[in-house]
Amino acid sequence: MIAMLLEFLKTPFGILVLTLLKALVLLVPLLIAVAYLTYAERKVMGAMQLRKGPNVVGPFGLFQPFADAIKMMFKETVIPSGASPLLFLMAPMLTFALAMLAWAVIPVNDGWAIADINVGVLYLFAISSLGVYGIIIAGWASNSKYAFLGALRSAAQMVSYEVSMGFIMVTVLICAGSLNLTAIVNAQKTVWYCIPLFPMFIMFFISTLAETNRSPFDIPEGESEIVAGFFVEYSSMSFALFFLGEYANMILMSSMTTILFLGGWLAPFGIEPFTWIPGPIWFILKVCFVLFFFIWTRATFPRYRYDQLMRLGWKVFLPGSLFYLVLVAGVMLAMGWLPHAA
Amino acid sequence: MGFLDRTARSLLLGELASGMALTLRYFFKKKVTINYPYEKGPISPRFKGEHALRRYPNGEERCIACKLCEAVCPAQAITIEAEPREDGSRRTTRYDIDMTKCIYCGLCEEACPVDAIVEGPNFEFATETREELMYNKDKLLANGDRWEPELARRLELDAPYR
Repeated sequence: MIAMLLEFLKTPFGILVLTLLKALVLLVPLLIAVAYLTYAERKVMGAMQLRKGPNVVGPFGLFQPFADAIKMMFKETVIPSGASPLLFLMAPMLTFALAMLAWAVIPVNDGWAIADINVGVLYLFAISSLGVYGIIIAGWASNSKYAFLGALRSAAQMVSYEVSMGFIMVTVLICAGSLNLTAIVNAQKTVWYCIPLFPMFIMFFISTLAETNRSPFDIPEGESEIVAGFFVEYSSMSFALFFLGEYANMILMSSMTTILFLGGWLAPFGIEPFTWIPGPIWFILKVCFVLFFFIWTRATFPRYRYDQLMRLGWKVFLPGSLFYLVLVAGVMLAMGWLPHAA
Repeated sequence: MGFLDRTARSLLLGELASGMALTLRYFFKKKVTINYPYEKGPISPRFKGEHALRRYPNGEERCIACKLCEAVCPAQAITIEAEPREDGSRRTTRYDIDMTKCIYCGLCEEACPVDAIVEGPNFEFATETREELMYNKDKLLANGDRWEPELARRLELDAPYR
């Protein structure tokens, strides 16, 4: 029986089934994590504003995400008469699907990625860049001023910050000598990159805030200026998909930060008491730590003005990351530390 | 020098860090939330809530249909009709308050010479229909009977300042 099953898993169809199962094993906890991230955000921000946050639905309000989900599902999906219905409904699906898609290459433990491809970083970068399409399509298809302004802002913002993010990633790649995410984490066995590349780590974190449209860079949503930005016209599940996509992107960016700078699943310092805890637990803990920072910054800082955001992206982060890239490359070359030096 | 100082400060993100330290301190502070339907905040004796018509201890209604409250009401929410009763005393036959018009200013309470119309401590009188907010005399007297101990105590507490 077991032999038959193993034989079946070697056939093309079997591989497909296995991959689907793997995806399911990753995506179901991910969706639950997204649900509880919304809860955590409300709790943490509440605490920082001297409130208690949701505490009525279930013990400590723990069922609040499910109550919200049920509420969302039972609402009516309103399609504005001026909107382009196909694109209008496609945009949230695209955002959500892309947020899920990127998870294929994330290694939760040594070799635990669904697709352990050699260009993992490029894949991640490509998928997260595609995310802007969901937003632009949503803004354009809604046929509304606010949505359109939000989409324009978000497109400009994402493009600006991807440039410096790219340079930061290149710095990490120089240190690791590989584009494979598993190899990048394994290269951090001696020291996590957040220590030698600390300024890059901070810049990367701030860029991820901008990349995920999180406060203080949430100008595409900018409640006080353009109502809700690109998703003003959305309601019900189409809105929920945007919401889920945004939070899934937050988790994705946190895991990216974890992999590139915080040593992925590696235990801190690789010493005794820490190594007893298995890798995936460390990975989750680190992601949670970064996510806490996401929420913490939201509770602390007011929104950036649009021109300030552009100034920070192009005139501070871009030269800064470029300078550090050259510095790191120069030091690596001079000291002969390059991983694949000929 | 000033330039270097400023640049160093902004590069070290000192202000951002101190801001985040502040929010982190608040994260651990005691929360001020009151779990409303289960816990309630304190209310002043002068609180202007739902209206009530009071009675004397012998059960006789206080209102003498002087219509001062109707006259003073800035929202014109009060409607009174009156005629002499069989025993010759002057009483209202109709005392309506439109609670959707009322602005809870408390002028009716202040105008009343016999402390008949008062605004009580109750603020939880939401209804499911608009019609239920058109209070008539029966409803107001029932309110008075329900809240009388509370109302008497509040008037007593506020008496030195009236």
